[in-house]
Amino acid sequence: MLRKVRQWGPPLLLISPSLVLIGVFVYGLIAVNAWTSMTDSHTAAQSTGQAPTRMVGLANYAELLDSDAFRHSLKNLVLYTVVFLAGAMFFGFLWAWLLDRPLRFEGVFRAVYLFPMSVSFVASGVVWRWLLNSNQGENASGLNRLFQMVGLDFLQNNWWNDIDVGIAAIAVPAIWQLAGYVMALFLAGFRGIPAELREAARIDGASEWKLYRHVVFPQLSPVALAAVIIIGHMSLKVFDLIMSISKPANYQTKVPAIDIFLLKSQYDYANAAAVAAILLIFVAVLIVPYLVQVARGAKR
Amino acid sequence: MRSQRRSSALLAGIAAASLMLAACGGDDQSGGDQSGGVDTNGASEVEVFTWWTSGGEKAGLDGLVEVFGEMYPGIEFINGAVAGGAGSAAKDLLQSRLQAGDPPDTFQAHAGMELADYIAAGQVEDISALYDEFGLNDAFPQDLIDLLTVDGKIYSVPANIHRSNVVWASPSALEAAGLDPEATYDSLDEWFVAMDAVEDAGMTALSVATTWTQVHLLETVLMSSLGADAYNGLWDGSTDWSGSDVTAALEDFERLIGYTNTDRDGLDWPDAAQMVIDGNAAFNVMGDWAAGEFDAQDLVAGEDYIYFPVPGTDGMFGFLADSFTLPVGAPHREAAEAWLDAVGSLKGQTEFNIAKGSIPARTDANPDDFNDYQRSAIDDFGSDTIVPSLAHGAAAPIAVSNAISDAVSKYTAGGSDLTTFQDELAAAVG
Repeated sequence: MLRKVRQWGPPLLLISPSLVLIGVFVYGLIAVNAWTSMTDSHTAAQSTGQAPTRMVGLANYAELLDSDAFRHSLKNLVLYTVVFLAGAMFFGFLWAWLLDRPLRFEGVFRAVYLFPMSVSFVASGVVWRWLLNSNQGENASGLNRLFQMVGLDFLQNNWWNDIDVGIAAIAVPAIWQLAGYVMALFLAGFRGIPAELREAARIDGASEWKLYRHVVFPQLSPVALAAVIIIGHMSLKVFDLIMSISKPANYQTKVPAIDIFLLKSQYDYANAAAVAAILLIFVAVLIVPYLVQVARGAKR
Repeated sequence: MRSQRRSSALLAGIAAASLMLAACGGDDQSGGDQSGGVDTNGASEVEVFTWWTSGGEKAGLDGLVEVFGEMYPGIEFINGAVAGGAGSAAKDLLQSRLQAGDPPDTFQAHAGMELADYIAAGQVEDISALYDEFGLNDAFPQDLIDLLTVDGKIYSVPANIHRSNVVWASPSALEAAGLDPEATYDSLDEWFVAMDAVEDAGMTALSVATTWTQVHLLETVLMSSLGADAYNGLWDGSTDWSGSDVTAALEDFERLIGYTNTDRDGLDWPDAAQMVIDGNAAFNVMGDWAAGEFDAQDLVAGEDYIYFPVPGTDGMFGFLADSFTLPVGAPHREAAEAWLDAVGSLKGQTEFNIAKGSIPARTDANPDDFNDYQRSAIDDFGSDTIVPSLAHGAAAPIAVSNAISDAVSKYTAGGSDLTTFQDELAAAVG
């Protein structure tokens, strides 16, 4: 018994401060959030205890999922995530694949592609707001103007002001910023594959395509999964980019994180908490399987 | 409040440590509440929370602080201004501070229904007694006192009055379209004819910016189409939002949006005003703070830009006002009362408004102290029917105006038709 305490005691004592802090400020507050989301605290008076609040169970969730506005936000989020993920993975992989070959100035290219990541979403958003100006024809500016100058007028479009797919335009700057990061991940993956394996495959007569298909790609799948998880959870939490390119009140670019902000500012704490809980579940669905897999790998 | 915190803490359920933390929080809270009423020796400083950080607004605040310094030399002014997002960043921080029981000594809020949330939350005090003490009941016009009064109590002192229903126009753009800059328009229909001419000349007829400026435009259209009484009825329930007269107003709104710039949702109001300044757009509907934007670029009223009430709203004064409150539990209550005294004083209102471009709420201000636009607004404020502005918190509480703003944004972005739009507006208010 005493030996066990001696064995476990000091490490436990060492991590207990962080354990308590995380317990209270992360998991404790998640519990409070879940509690708030099940009350009827929709007004300013209730938020300060001037008026009574009742438990309403999952009614807020039911109402939210039933409302057109919130469904529109969810649809936007899914569309944004799909475009952002696909774009970042595609360009990240393409650049990594190109840089994997022996190439002069590789370091320069790597820096060029990775550099956008060092810019904050808010700062780049201000520039992209101008680039993604939706004016066409004579008043056009930004990318629409560029299209005119190179004779690709038909490419001019509304960008993020399209009510149905406008949110995909917000994914363009996001891809621009994070494709370089995905490239770095893939490049590390490529470099982690021993040269002997490639040589062995070539000696066995594998064509270049077969080499990639059967030797390189399978070894990249853990990297690809990590990239999907990282980009995916960032995408689900998108907020700052939309705040700086569009405006929170613009219906066409609403996503759940924006809804939380607006609901909270009008003292509708119950619905804000419910949206936050839904968002948390989304992210958890993405991350928990990954964590489980990583934990299993570590045990092995 | 305290029991709620306790139950939340229990829910957090993290043994002794978390309970201790929460209990400390609770104690701080009640301590703050108590000190507000009895703190007598703290009148050495006053923290004034605003979102006035630049331009005419900052200059106005500086003028007011100067008057305050003369009236109360013993009290130090602490500037609690927060920049960003036309006040949205400040309001967000203020909400957190009030919630945490850490209010500033006084904070800026739009007068009218926007205060309803603070009142319902028990976060601001009834200051009717101060009105008697400072003699403000006689200094402000009765219309204004009525708009400020909630259930027989008054919760804030207005520092100024702004007008929302003003059209700003570019004489050069009008001339280029073959129109007479001197022309006046009695109704929206006459205005549409002029707009058609501007469009035919290849210019933007009406510049507008992001959602709240579209709501601003909608409110002036409602005023114009419905008239003052029916417009006021929208907010007290006596006008039916589903009625055919509202439908007609929304059809006018639809037509107006058709004349506007396509990049509206990405712009803020100064960008839309700039289009008129540059002569790229003929008209812009904005509150009279836009005059500051024109003056800052050395434009002369009547020559480089012209202004008139939104067609059909002549004789109506779309009202909004910045006002100061006395929060419950203000750490330096006496100093805060001194600040409110300065805000309501003739000298304070004069200095503040000369710089900010708005007009004093007091009726005894000397018009000769102000510029041309302000003098005309002072005249109109004295004679017009005062109607509350929707986009600026005078007509409806935040939850209602947010719901209206959602409906407007959805509609102008092409997400709903006119019928759905009207249904959503009715649901937002109802």
